[in-house]
Amino acid sequence: MDLSHIFNLKKTAVTLISAVFLSVISVNASAQQQAEADSISAAKVEHAPEGEKEESISQTILHHIADSHEWHFWGHDEHKVSLPLPVILWTNNGPVSFLYSKHDKDEHAKTVFTENGQNLVNFHGKFFYASAQPNAHGEYIEVDKANEVVNAKPLDLSITKNVVSLLISAAVLLIVFISVANAYKTRVGKAPKGLQSMLEPIILFVRDDIAKPQLGYRYAAFMPYLLTVFFFVWLNNLMGLVPFFPGGANVTGNIAVTMMLAVCTFVLTTVNGNKNYWGHVFKPHVPWWLYPLMIPVEIIGLFTKPIALMIRLFANITAGHILILSLISLIFILKSVFVAGVAVPFVIFISVIELVVGFIQAFIFTILSALFIGMAVEEHAEH
Amino acid sequence: MIVGSIAGIGAGLAAIGAGIGIGQIGGKAMEGMARQPEAASKIQTAMLIAAAFVEAVALFGVVVAFLGTGNVQ
Repeated sequence: MDLSHIFNLKKTAVTLISAVFLSVISVNASAQQQAEADSISAAKVEHAPEGEKEESISQTILHHIADSHEWHFWGHDEHKVSLPLPVILWTNNGPVSFLYSKHDKDEHAKTVFTENGQNLVNFHGKFFYASAQPNAHGEYIEVDKANEVVNAKPLDLSITKNVVSLLISAAVLLIVFISVANAYKTRVGKAPKGLQSMLEPIILFVRDDIAKPQLGYRYAAFMPYLLTVFFFVWLNNLMGLVPFFPGGANVTGNIAVTMMLAVCTFVLTTVNGNKNYWGHVFKPHVPWWLYPLMIPVEIIGLFTKPIALMIRLFANITAGHILILSLISLIFILKSVFVAGVAVPFVIFISVIELVVGFIQAFIFTILSALFIGMAVEEHAEH
Repeated sequence: MIVGSIAGIGAGLAAIGAGIGIGQIGGKAMEGMARQPEAASKIQTAMLIAAAFVEAVALFGVVVAFLGTGNVQ
């Protein structure tokens, strides 16, 4: 029997996938470069003095990794093309909601607008209660010495870019996994097909390489959580690398998102912790006179594990985004288009590394969650 | 300005420490895999976990540097 057709199929698939990856990455690089060129030239017009140039570049980079009330496509000021998102504020007079495009003309707090009897200003995409008098720069806000705004601000419950991105990835995960789950129901005992055969190796990887070694025979109860976390973090890491519409939001590089994920792991560990686990915390195997030292240390240890999870994912993804944007910014710092010859290939190289980092961080987050849960449910603590 | 620079030096020092740590982990893992190729997959998993712990320390340095320069949201 001739099996060469399988080889051909694989080769075609591999070629196709690498072609898609390469095109996405090159679009990524060029789109980021374009966006960067636009925003930096805009920033330069505003801050003409030379001394402020580097400041504006670092501000641009931080603006790109931050959350926002609109999904920016291209252009600036009156030529801006973006998707405005709903702003929902809980003010002193109750809830207020409007589309961001209604009040996006002035982001420097120079014009005051009234919503539901409240005077508000938009300062760099954040809403504050307006001051009665403008300050020296004509802005209706007060800043302290560290350039922090001291005005009170309404509670911001908006559907921001990160929230929309979260909803998109949740929808994608639901559609994909419900269809795969149905395929398993209807095709019992048959070979996997389509999406199912693409995802089965990854699901088995999570089960055999992450859950089973850490959790032993109790793995089945925690598989739903581990699979959800793995695919959620991985999908969001990958979507963060896509520069245009459905992607481009820095979701896993937002500390609130990673904090929620870490809190989920913390709750699971705490709820499932058995006698051994709590015994380790409150009655460690040390001489009794060490208890005043050991018990606080063990209690702090309970909290540092999820905090480390939170910081690790946040810092890894944010650092990756800053690195890519900084390399592109080199063109503008050195003010030569020829730097692009070095910077753009290097950005492509870093983007490929970021693809790997996106997977590794999802893997690390899941395996550490499994490890912490495993420590909590373990029967015989030998050490 | 001077705060930013000192925080940057701190982040750099943290990166040196993490570099040494990850270098040790990677080197020893390579050695282990060369000696016992059949255990390669287990060694790789353990290596990644250990590297993640070491890397986290460097990233704490980066985060503290950001806080020092007052740029993080």
